[in-house]
Amino acid sequence: MLVPIIIGVSFLIYFIMDLAPGDIISQMAGEGTDAQIQVLRHQYGYDRSVFYRYVMYMKNLVQGNLGTSFLTNKPVWDMYRERLPETLKLALGALVVSILLSIPLGILSAVRSGTLWDNAGMVLALLGLSMPNFWLGLLLIILFSLKLGWFPSGGDTGFLSIILPAITIGTGHVAIITRTTRSSMIDVIHQDYLRTARAKGVPEKYVIRKHAFKNALIPIITIIGTQMSVSLGGAVLTETVFAWPGVGRLIIDSVHQRDVPTVTGAIIMTTILISIMLLIVDLLYAYVDPRIKAQYLRKGKG
Amino acid sequence: MKDKVLASRRYRKRSQLAEIWHRLIKNKGAVAGLFIIALLVLVAISVKHILNYDTQVVAQKITERLQKPSARHIMGTDNLGRDIFFRLLYGTRFSLAVGLVSVAIALTIGTTLGAIAGYYGGVISDVIMRTTDIFFAVPNLLMAIVIVTALGANTLNLMIAVGVASIPQFVRITRATVLTVRNQEYVEAARAIGRNEFAIILLHILPNCLSPIIVMVTLRIASAIITASSLSFLGMGVPPPAPEWGSMLSDGRRFLRGYSYITLFPGLAIMMTVLAFNLVGDALRDALDPKLKK
Repeated sequence: MLVPIIIGVSFLIYFIMDLAPGDIISQMAGEGTDAQIQVLRHQYGYDRSVFYRYVMYMKNLVQGNLGTSFLTNKPVWDMYRERLPETLKLALGALVVSILLSIPLGILSAVRSGTLWDNAGMVLALLGLSMPNFWLGLLLIILFSLKLGWFPSGGDTGFLSIILPAITIGTGHVAIITRTTRSSMIDVIHQDYLRTARAKGVPEKYVIRKHAFKNALIPIITIIGTQMSVSLGGAVLTETVFAWPGVGRLIIDSVHQRDVPTVTGAIIMTTILISIMLLIVDLLYAYVDPRIKAQYLRKGKG
Repeated sequence: MKDKVLASRRYRKRSQLAEIWHRLIKNKGAVAGLFIIALLVLVAISVKHILNYDTQVVAQKITERLQKPSARHIMGTDNLGRDIFFRLLYGTRFSLAVGLVSVAIALTIGTTLGAIAGYYGGVISDVIMRTTDIFFAVPNLLMAIVIVTALGANTLNLMIAVGVASIPQFVRITRATVLTVRNQEYVEAARAIGRNEFAIILLHILPNCLSPIIVMVTLRIASAIITASSLSFLGMGVPPPAPEWGSMLSDGRRFLRGYSYITLFPGLAIMMTVLAFNLVGDALRDALDPKLKK
């Protein structure tokens, strides 16, 4: 399933970006003669269909060649590889923030379902869902770096500088992960085996942690995985707000500079990365859920 | 005999719509959300007659630049001396328009494709659904950025970009609902009396799939407003000097130090609007499907 998705996604983006004004010929030829332009058009496949150019592009892509940036004349592949670790670092930070906040909050809301705690948690989740991410980032900058001076307001200057952007992206996911944790936990909490566990005298703490939470994990992992992949794509905003030197910034800067090869390359690589991430999430279920693992094993034998 | 008449009067059956409305307004959040939406719509319609766009919204008055909130300018002025409150009021027009039009685009294309996929199944469904999967794999914002880059940045392209990015959700939910309805007896009956397939889908199947689609519309308007203002914030949406909330935030970024109120108010406006649609959407989900209610 992965390969068709990657091919489809990359073609979709290549196709739309192919419509963008300013192709490589007009960039390179400048004031060349008609004959020179014809040679260039042939060399880059502009005398053939977009499908032909796409196949050429993908052939180069698997060999680590995404073309050359209009702006810097550096290979797009190198520019992307330079920025990728920064984005991954941020995504990881956001993951830690969102898990630390939303899982306890979700469990608490489920265990105290219907109380003030639950309502407060759900209101908080709804507010988080409705808040534009980049605005939260700006508010954090105003409070924590301009007023209080605790954290730097932009750039990657070490551990302290990752905290605000990680909170910004992380809280964006808190709403959804908290809601999923809550509903998944509520489903599990009414199961018979929890009553059995309590009846045989297991302390409440362990009932929740071991018996309930473990069984509620699967939807939670799904949603965390999807949210992570969203944060790889959506980090565009947070990276802009915090001047974070990641892939998102690269995309936005290149859009503003009309650097089409860089935009195409960076977005295609990002979507491929997201597709791979989603596949990993799928494989993770099998690891977490013995029922699915057993299914796979049976299939393997048969 | 008399008692029976009374009883039947007391338990008079409400129409389906009235029943849903009754359940909806029992939810405090929904009432608050509906109130905010009504207010926004009122502002969006009337602001054109109250404020002069050229002199009060986009005109630059250098003598009044960067004034803090006061009685004269209740939300202060921006770096070009424009009243932020007036600009915010005018901005409702952009946010609501982009939200509504983009979701209308997604709704039209998405439900049509979803209904076809759900009703016919087979190869047609496979083709539609696999294509949807591909669109789904690209994050909304990136998809919108790609489309805006290719088409150019203006308000109409912004609506198209945000709309296209929302299509997959509508395809999926419509197909899933149509699948549950298409084998019902009344569909079979319609087929038996020889109605054509177009009429069956439009008049018999889609009306019975409305609930999840209505909920989806409300929730997608909320996220469309966020995506649109994000794009404007990145400089790819409504071009300046139009008072779009996202681009107002972007203007304020350069004046964070000392003039934080410039970024405070537009953000609040976006949040309130999105919150209102989310509240109504959540409440509608409960009101339309009483089975889900705890």
